Amino acid sequence: MTDVMHNFELFQPATLADAQAILGDHEDAWIIAGGMDSLDWFKHRVKQPSVLVDVANIPDLHGIREEDDGGLWIGATTTLTEVNESEEVQSRFPALAQAALRVASPQIRNKGTIGGNVSQDTRCTYYRDGFPCYRAGGNTCYANTPTAMNREHALFGVSRCVAVTPSDTAIALTALEAAFIVERGGNRREVAAADFFIGPDIDITRMTMLERGDILVGIRIPGKWAGSRQYFEKVADRNTWDFALANIAMAATMEGSAISDISIVCGAVQCIPRRLTDVESLARGETPGEELETLVKRVAARGAEPLNFNHFKVPLMENLAVRAIRSLA
Amino acid sequence: METYGPYDPTVDYVPGPAPRPNRGHTGETPLWRPLHMTRRNFLRGVVCSGVVIGGSAYLFSATTPARADTRAVERLVRLTVNGRARSVEVAPNETLATTLRYRLGLTGTKIGCNQGECGACTVIADGTTIYSCSTLTHRVRDSEITTVEGVAGEDGTLHPVQQAFIEEIAPQCGFCTPGQVVTAVALLNRNPNPTVEEARLAMSGNLCRCGAYDHYLRGVMKAAERV
Repeated sequence: MTDVMHNFELFQPATLADAQAILGDHEDAWIIAGGMDSLDWFKHRVKQPSVLVDVANIPDLHGIREEDDGGLWIGATTTLTEVNESEEVQSRFPALAQAALRVASPQIRNKGTIGGNVSQDTRCTYYRDGFPCYRAGGNTCYANTPTAMNREHALFGVSRCVAVTPSDTAIALTALEAAFIVERGGNRREVAAADFFIGPDIDITRMTMLERGDILVGIRIPGKWAGSRQYFEKVADRNTWDFALANIAMAATMEGSAISDISIVCGAVQCIPRRLTDVESLARGETPGEELETLVKRVAARGAEPLNFNHFKVPLMENLAVRAIRSLA
Repeated sequence: METYGPYDPTVDYVPGPAPRPNRGHTGETPLWRPLHMTRRNFLRGVVCSGVVIGGSAYLFSATTPARADTRAVERLVRLTVNGRARSVEVAPNETLATTLRYRLGLTGTKIGCNQGECGACTVIADGTTIYSCSTLTHRVRDSEITTVEGVAGEDGTLHPVQQAFIEEIAPQCGFCTPGQVVTAVALLNRNPNPTVEEARLAMSGNLCRCGAYDHYLRGVMKAAERV
């Protein structure tokens, strides 16, 4: 019996400094936490790093803390179940709690981490199966050909690659304007969600700005949207395991019956979480109702360039945006 | 040459191919004789030759390359499985499902998809369910692991979940059942009185290709009344 995984050296450092030392010594090191995405890559033999650094034992990367501004700090290795069940998250950022609950299956949420969920690689089946596509360093896209199966692929921001972001929590975190804390060689940076996720036009081989040697330490959600009206919805072929065909996360503050501020983000339609800025500027200062819904529906998917099999995502996205706005009425 | 007539349903045909004629060989010993190979003997042979090949590879490798980096994990670990601490040698790239099945002999845990998409390999680690096929054994070194073998009582009394599954005829082919049992036990340990919706959500990470989901769900609700 074999695990079909290649041989690798495994490190389980207990401190962040140790982890960084190991990452510094090994060029070909892969960071693993929950392993729910990583082990699939290894079992399929598409990625074969010689060194694995398991960061799950590092206490600095784990837990949920309240911040002074009413926001939260969530450690990168906090499991999705812990995020979903945390009372602080549920009361302040219900959209994130909901998103964490809709990821994969209970067993995966028990072990999969929020850091891994936001930084997992795309689920494009061609790329996952080891096709030598642009993202894998080749010079063609197998998902954007006349016969390709691309119903799960992108509507926006296509630059050679048509893969989309698979993460649910990334959508909620982008809507909540979270910042990602990245450490490299002892230097800490705080990266806004808008800069953390990158599209193929910036680097076609990665989904986030994380480079080899970077450790995602935690995620800081500012107090700005704490306790605001929030909404999360995910549409997938199956309720369990499946990745989103489209998902939406929204946070809004109200002044009387009018929307004073709003942040709305749609996922699985672009390589990065897509902030619906048109919808936001339309909705600001308006009262939710039929009139606003009609307008939102018109602009939500404006500029979409569907591929052969994903036209259905256009009305899906429009309706999700409308449903999010409707939840404010 | 022998010739064969049309199939006659009244004749008891001997299964298998007709004996091969011994062409061009005049000696007394036949060129070949049947091996009387049974499946068991065949497997024995394969295992033995594997041991010989593997063992000699070990002997003839002049020096086993030392671990390049001494900070890497040790291969010898102590695992706490079903309340017993057991020492076992574990490769860095070994999953918990492999360790349980092939090193500790706990074959109740099944490997279905081997990529975290079916739930047949579900075990409990520190009170929460995980897919053992998608967990490196080294990761759960310090955890309390419960497999389906550790669910029943010491004297062999079935866990209420197991009893209820039998009564509700939940298993059909039975391959997903160990995972279903473990998931249900973990649920009832955490929440002895789940609603149907809570039970459905908790059990949603276990596929049953026979489609006996409602039977399992009824079993969980029945067991919940008894624990």
